[in-house]
Amino acid sequence: MACFLVSVAEAIIMTAVTKAVKSKESEPEEIHFEAGADVIESATRIPFSRKLKWLTNMLWGGSALLAFEHLWHGEIAPWFPFLTAASDSVQTSVMLHEMATVGVTMAVLITAVWGVMLLVSNAMEKKLLNSQHSVNYEARK
Amino acid sequence: MTLLSTLFAAIICTIIWYKNAPKNEMKVGILCWLYWGASIMWLVDAIFEYVELREEYFTPAPVDMLNDFYLGLSVVALGLLIWIIILLIKDPKGVVKAALFKKK
Repeated sequence: MACFLVSVAEAIIMTAVTKAVKSKESEPEEIHFEAGADVIESATRIPFSRKLKWLTNMLWGGSALLAFEHLWHGEIAPWFPFLTAASDSVQTSVMLHEMATVGVTMAVLITAVWGVMLLVSNAMEKKLLNSQHSVNYEARK
Repeated sequence: MTLLSTLFAAIICTIIWYKNAPKNEMKVGILCWLYWGASIMWLVDAIFEYVELREEYFTPAPVDMLNDFYLGLSVVALGLLIWIIILLIKDPKGVVKAALFKKK
């Protein structure tokens, strides 16, 4: 009925958070690593604001397509109160229940998927850093 | 059917993105985020529907299936439309700028 509104709300908050984090962020740390004999490549750590953008992209993208689905099913109207279920109190309570169950689960699952992506990317960065430290240590010996 | 159509679109876009990475001239990543976000959200919707309908969930009426497939295709088209608008506005290859400000 209006389950995507929970994700829209999260997307708005997270977009503001992303902008705030980006404005406070300093230059990303550069990592140098050996990519073969006498070949040294450099890479920068992915800034946290960019990782936050992964979440906002998923939330905005998913919400936009789900909003279209609601429009398709006649659950959204281009006139006030925009949600057809909001015009009748019984339908409104059903809509709020759906937002509290389906809507919240959607937002939680998207955030959980992003959390897993965050863990994997952090582990990959850490692995690259550790391998570089051991290469440097071997070179110094 | 809507979930399946979006999921297939997400998988195809991710394959295209991976094949062209690290180049991102066509901004296929946008499509990946759009379709994966929607797929996760529709997955939750499907789980809740399954809990309610049980085995009936897997035997929809042909008319409902056709309508859902039609909706799925429309969703994929809308995703492509959003992507093409962002691509033309951001213009990473400078093609639009070159066409607009071409000196005669």
